Parts: sequence; C-alpha cells; structure tokens
Amino acid sequence: MKLFAWISSVTTALFKRSCVSDEIQEELDSHIQLRADDLERSGMTRRAAERQARLEFGGVARFKDQSYEATGGSFFERLMQDVRFGLRMLRKSPGFSIVAILTLAFGIGANTIAFSILNGLVLRPNHLPLPRNLYMVEEGTHHFQQSYPDYLDMRDRSRAFEGVLAFNFAPVGLDSGAGSTRALALQATGNYFDVLGVQPFLGRFFHGTDEHGPDSAPYVVLNYAYWQAHFQGDPGIVGRTVQLNKYPFTVLGVAPPDFRGTALFFIPDMWTPLVNQAQLEGIAKLTDRGYRDTWIVGRVRPGVTRGQLVTDLDSLAKALEKEHPKEDDALSFALARPELMGDYVGAAARAFVTGLMLLAGLILLAACANLGSLFSARAADRSKEIALRLALGSSRKRIMRQLLTEAVMVSLAGGAVGLAGSVALLNWLCTWRPVPDFPVMLPVSPDVTVYVVAVLLALISGLVFGMVPVRQVLASDPYQVIKSSASGVSRRLSFRDVLLAAQISLCAVLVTASLVAVRGLVRSLHGTFGIDTANTMLVHTNLAMARYSIEQQPMMQRRMLDAVQGIPGVTAAAYGNSVPLDTNTAYRNAYADSTTDLKESNATQVTEYDVSWGFFRTAGTRVLAGREFTLQDDRSAPPVAVVNAEFARKVFGSVEKAVGGHFKVSSGMRIEVVGVTEDGKYININEDGQAAMFRPILQAPSSVTYLVVRSERDPQDLTDTLRRTIQGLDPGLLFSIRTWRQTMGPSFFPARVAAMSLGALGVLGALLSVTGVFGMAAYSVSKRLREFGIRIALGAQRAEVLHAALGRTFRLLAMGSVMGLLLGLPTGKVLAFIVYKATPWDPVVLGGVVLTMLTLGLVAGWIPARRALATDPLILLREE
Amino acid sequence: MVQAQLLPGTLDLLILRAVSLGPLHGYGVLLRIEQISGGALLIEQGALYPGLFRLLRQGLLTADWGVSENNRRAKFYELTAAGRKRLHEETESWNRLSGAIASALGPQPEEA
Repeated sequence: MKLFAWISSVTTALFKRSCVSDEIQEELDSHIQLRADDLERSGMTRRAAERQARLEFGGVARFKDQSYEATGGSFFERLMQDVRFGLRMLRKSPGFSIVAILTLAFGIGANTIAFSILNGLVLRPNHLPLPRNLYMVEEGTHHFQQSYPDYLDMRDRSRAFEGVLAFNFAPVGLDSGAGSTRALALQATGNYFDVLGVQPFLGRFFHGTDEHGPDSAPYVVLNYAYWQAHFQGDPGIVGRTVQLNKYPFTVLGVAPPDFRGTALFFIPDMWTPLVNQAQLEGIAKLTDRGYRDTWIVGRVRPGVTRGQLVTDLDSLAKALEKEHPKEDDALSFALARPELMGDYVGAAARAFVTGLMLLAGLILLAACANLGSLFSARAADRSKEIALRLALGSSRKRIMRQLLTEAVMVSLAGGAVGLAGSVALLNWLCTWRPVPDFPVMLPVSPDVTVYVVAVLLALISGLVFGMVPVRQVLASDPYQVIKSSASGVSRRLSFRDVLLAAQISLCAVLVTASLVAVRGLVRSLHGTFGIDTANTMLVHTNLAMARYSIEQQPMMQRRMLDAVQGIPGVTAAAYGNSVPLDTNTAYRNAYADSTTDLKESNATQVTEYDVSWGFFRTAGTRVLAGREFTLQDDRSAPPVAVVNAEFARKVFGSVEKAVGGHFKVSSGMRIEVVGVTEDGKYININEDGQAAMFRPILQAPSSVTYLVVRSERDPQDLTDTLRRTIQGLDPGLLFSIRTWRQTMGPSFFPARVAAMSLGALGVLGALLSVTGVFGMAAYSVSKRLREFGIRIALGAQRAEVLHAALGRTFRLLAMGSVMGLLLGLPTGKVLAFIVYKATPWDPVVLGGVVLTMLTLGLVAGWIPARRALATDPLILLREE
Repeated sequence: MVQAQLLPGTLDLLILRAVSLGPLHGYGVLLRIEQISGGALLIEQGALYPGLFRLLRQGLLTADWGVSENNRRAKFYELTAAGRKRLHEETESWNRLSGAIASALGPQPEEA
C-alpha cells in the first residue's frame, strides 16, 4: 500500500513533472487567495490583503521546491541539474576532464579485456546442449590422454556416464580433385555427435552403427566454415567422395555453423571416424592399450553427482589396473572441463588469466588513486565555489551529491571509451591466429556479462574516487575559505600525497612485472635449447598422406635427403620424425637394464626422437660422449640409441657409465647406448631436466619427417630451391617449409603472450604514473604561483624555484618507486611459471625500473616545472 | 500572547491531528492548528506544504480538488486509515514523552 503510493507518486512526478509542478503552484496560489479573502474581510483593500498574504506565506519558490522534493520525484530532477552543472564544470577545464577520462578508460579497458578473457576461456561453457553435464576424463599419470582400449572399457562399464566419446587430432591431406591441401581432422568415435547432442546442418552425421571394425567407416563430416571456404558452400558436396591421404572418404554432411567440437580452441576442419585412424595416421594403434593419444569426454547421467562419478571412475581405474597390470599400472582418472582440453591447456590458461585479472585490478586501483587525488585537488581548487554555495544555503549533502555526480559522469565516460577500445581489441583477438598452420582461436568476444561488468566497474570506481574529497568538503568552513584568499599549502603529509605514493608504487609494480616478463622473453629467445636453430630450415612431410607404403617410405626419405644435400650452399642436412620443441613429440617409458617388472611406476618418462645419420651435427647438438648414428644403424644391426645427459644420469647414474650400457623399453627390447648428447629443451622452454632419447630412424621408421637443412643461403631463396627440388621428386607430395625458428612458435607462445600482455600493462602503468605525477605537480605549481612570483622577485635561482615547486612530488615519486620495486620482486616468482628465466634479480631489470620511473617523473614534471620557472612576478602582483 | 516555536518533527503530528477532525484544504489546516492550539503555535505558512506532500507520499493522507466555502478551488486533505493509525501511535508516544519531560522538569520535591 505504502509502496504503491510511493511508486505512483514517483512515477507521477517523473512523467508529469510540469503537471505536478503546476499543481503545487495552483495549490499555493489558492492558499494565498484564501488568506487574502480572510484579510479582506477584516477590512483591508484587496491589493493590500494579497500583499500581506504573500508576505505571511514566505518564499513561494522555496516552499514549492521543498514540496516538490517531498513528492519524491525531484531526485531525477536534481540529478539532471547536477549532470548539467557537472557538464559545465567539466567543459570549463577540458585538460582535467580529458586526463581523468583517459585515465579511467585505461583502467576500465584493461579490466574489460582481462575479464573478457576470463569469461571466454574459463567462465563461459561451450555452445553444446547441457554443457555442464560434459566432463573431460583425463588420465592422471600419463599426460592427460587415454588409449582406445581403455576408452572402450570406460564406455561399456561406466555406470555414471550416459555416453562416453573419444577423439584425437590428425593432420591430413585432402584432395577433392583439385590437388591436395592440408587440413586438421578430428577423428571421433561413432557416438561423438549423438553424445554431444548436435544435429547436422546438411546431410547426416556418422553414428555408432556405421562402425564395423578398423577402416570400416570412410566417412567425413565437414566443418561449416571449412565447407564455406573450400567448397563455396556447395550443398552438392554431400555424397561425393574426397581423398584423405589418398584414401577415398565419402562426405556425409556438414556440421552446424556454431559447432566447433568440445574445446574452445583447436577447431577441426572436419570430423572422421576414429576407427579409420590407420588410414590417416599411417599406423594402427586402436588395439594398443599403452598407446595413449585420445581424449575422452563423457556426458554424465542426469541426477548423478560429481562425487558418484568420481567413485565410479575410481573403481573402473582399479579394475583396469588389475586386469592389465602392465599397461594400466598406476592408472587414474581425473575430471576436467572439456572447453580447455582439460588441464592440458587449462592449467596454464587459468594461471595466466588469474595473473592478468590481478594486474588489471592493480591498474584500476592505480587509476582510482590517481583520479582520487585529481578530484580532491580539484575540490580544493573549487573550495571558494563550494564555500559560496554553502553560504548561500546549499546543504553539504547536496554539494557532495553534485561532486559525486561529476565523478560518476567522468567514470562512465571513461568506461565508455575504455569499453569501446577493448571491444575493438577483443574482436581483433578473436580473429587472431597465434599459431600458424594450426587452428587455435581465442574465443574472447565480449558478451552481455562483459558489458555489465564494465559498466559496474566504471560506476564503482567513480564512487570510490568520488568519495575521496568528501572529508575535505564536509570539513570546509565557508567563512574561513572566503576570508582568506588562498588556502595555505599544508606542510605535513596529506591524504593526497599518500594516494599519489600508493599509485606510483602500484605503477612501479606493473613496470617491474612487465620488465621482468619482457626480459625473460628476450632471454628465452636467445637461450640455449641444445639445438642451433639459426640458419636452419625444416621441411615437413608426411609420406602417408601421399600413400607411400611402409616399405617405400625410407627409400623416398633417403632420396629427399640426398637431393637436398645436393643443393649448393647447404652445409648439412638430416631428418627425424620430430624435432625438439615441436608440437608432436612422443613420450616413451625407459627402464634400467636390471628392471624386470616393466610397469609404469618403475619407468623413466623420456621424449623420443627417431633421427637419421648426421642429425646431431645438422641440428647443432653437441655429442658429449660416444658417437652419432650412421647409415649402418639399420634393422640388421642391434638396436641402439643416443640419449641426453639427463637420461644418462637418471638411468645410468652418469654420462660415462651410459655409453656402452643397455636400457629397456616397454616392449622389453634391450637397447644399447652408443652416444650421449648435451641436455636441451624438448616439450616447452620452461621445463627442466627432461630426459630424452634418440633412435636411428632406420630402426624406428616413420612416415612423418622433418628434414633439417642447414645452409649459408638466404632462407627465402633457399625455400624456393627446396620447393622445386622436392616437387621434382614427387609433384603430388604435400610438404611445408619453414625456418626452425618459426616452427618453435608454439613453444614460445605462452611466454610471448605473457610478455605481450604484461608489457601492455606495464605501459599502462607507466602512463598512469605520468598522469598522476603530472596532475599533482601541475596542481601544486598552480597553487603556489604567487609564492614563486615572490621568490623570483626576491632573487631565487632557478634551481631553488624548481626545488620548491617539484621537490615534494619527486620525493613522493622516489618513495613510491622504491616501494613498488620491493613489491614487484615477488611477482617475478609468479611470472617464472609462465615466462622462462623470468627473474627480478637482474641488474637490467632493476636498473630499468629505476630509469623508467625517473624518466616518467621527468616527463610528467616538465610542463609544471616550465610553468613554475616562467612565473612573472609582475603579473602576480597585478592580479592581487 | 507569547507564541512557541514548533519542535522539529511535530508539524506532521499537528497536521494529522488537524485533518483527523474532517477534510480540510491547506489554509484550513493552518487555521485549524491555530484554533486547536489556542493560537499558541507559530507556523510559517508555506512550511505547511512540504509537510502535507510528505504525508501524502507516505500514504497517510489523500487529497482531492474541491471548492472552498467562499467558492475558490482548493485541494482538500483527508486522513487515510494508515494516517489515523499513525496519529494514534504518535499521540501516545508524544504523551509519554511530554509527561516524562514535564515530570522531570516539574517542581523539585522538598529537600528533607
């Protein structure tokens, strides 16, 4: 009832503003007339009576205002007044307004981007039906992926899952009659689309019923975007046959436009049945329980809790371990979200996003401190205006509200600018392909949540920095302010000074963090990885894509190598199935020769590379002991390997003991170590102490090869020659040629992204400290121009004036910088997880921070200092 | 005659009391307060209106345009049920307060 009355009176007041106002006027008029009637009756003339009635009534305008206020509608009215007044005030000092709006735009922009990335990568589920029911099941002890036989057991024996699917990725060569092109296929189990619950855009999907054993389902479903790009959206493609790695596959249909699989990145170009994997990958591995290269995603039954699911999977893992003690030793299942491929990408992504959010929060905090001190300086500058308004009967509450309105206006304008900038940047990020040749996308397009968060952040920060001058206004005494022409400069440390120092130290933290990251990146780019990537090219081929038989492959590889070695300017060439720091490195288990129980827990995890003779010389890897592979290390010779120093230490105890010694692999085969190389980096540049082994490729053949070509020639020029040479051998062969540096892109990707974003945040921090220092210096100079005039008139030297003008600001800058540097040191520890060799204990970083902050201070203090020095005492005397 | 300044917050109570005796326009409320207080209370005439609008918004009064006894258009105020209840409560609490203050300020008991 009361609420209703209030609402109706407010809405009436809002929509019938003039109407309500007229009605009040009429009522007050009527009162005066009635009073005049009475007075007239007591013997006055009508004119005298009306005059008397008006006098008795008091200020009509004031009571009308108060009455209007009492109807509840005037809040908006006053708000509009405040907004209009605020706009006038902001227009009056455009420099202040622009600095304030830009400062906040940076703060809000940085946070919008950080939150958008958090939202896109971590918070937002994929577009599938009931996405929260989907779990990725990771293998806990063997690098996330699972074997196909284990998958089958999970599919058939897990009671908590409604359906379980598995998939892996395979690069393929697709030929639809116009030559072969490279594409990424997602090889999925037959139930893939049914478990995910998606419907085809065109044609049909493959199902479990299409599978009848290995190579029984030569079908392909196209990604919508790929279909548009490569088949011009031709619906006639359905039912046609295309060649995948020279095997015929029938196009069944096209997936809907928004379907990209379960992960947010790694977007496949097409989907093929996993049962046909041997055709696309060249080797059959569906029956090998120890071969873990598929990802498992399950849809939990409705009503089954996560706890029940974990119990169910745990008991399955125990059972499998008992049934297959060799392959499934120490098997364990862990649940993860499928969007980030479980913890494979997720752990790093989450750490990165958390760090980003923290730093962006610091930026906003620094921006708020900056604006708080600017606004309180401004409130001090406007103390006369405020005193006048107080003297004229305005309430302190009203003035506070006006100042807050101004602050919120600035913050909303800054928020709008920041949001616009960040949306542009985010849209660019969405289309950015960070890793060439690999469909990685950052799905960080802003949505409603992002906009809401940005506006809320803007409002909150407006209120936060708008509250800073509150105490100042509440304490101001109009009498004192108007009496004395200038408020004295306080000598003790004021709240504003604390704010400035805090802001500068926050900015110094950001500058430190970004320098640490950038320095780490620079170091890692020039670090040693156990290979020499300078002046080397990689030629990547997959003979299986051109349908070479297992027997033909070594011969063709040998022919390619010989042809390349014949190119003038090529100093060395060799090949391997993979190279260190490439994305598709395989893990193997190695056992000491004395081990008899070849189970997982007794093994040493090593990365394996199968390489040709002359590989180490070509790759620039030093051989510490023993020998390189030769052409004689083939199938007819006893199995041999070259291991790295870490392997030698782990399995044999020392490098010396390794040469001539033997070790075992999972199959039980004994391998002799013929050489030991220096340690390198194998999976990523942050790793430490990874054991690695190299096998002669003649003993462990592979259809996939990287031809390493070292030369003295210009890479571009050499690329053309290489292309002609290889096409001369087989025009139908698919290959890619890049410098070795380029192929290492994915390894540097995290460090590069971290350094880029931290660098950007550091620049933002630097900008903020410039505006902060500039604002305070300019303010203190403008407050004390008279004093400087007098000083100059009395013969003060330039240095003395400068000291008086900026001494305090620079002391604050120094204090803030030192504090920020000290706070920034621990951040280096955090960064070390992402950026290789990131350490703040580095003279370059420490010196860089000091130098940066000093430069920033000089830049920011320049204009105020000029103004202080240029003070003309005459003008000031005249002004008084 | 000595007139007393109104205590803050008492105007609303006086308005409710005045209107409780029958519908009144603003000027009428003023006259009625003067009358029931025996002319002892000084009210700035215009100050009445913010009070009336406040009570209206709280739903304690309703208002309607009508014609006054001397044929002028005027807005007439009437007590709502909520208003009547509030008047009752406020009167009681006021009586308690004024009784307490009166006895506190009353003649001191004789020193024994």
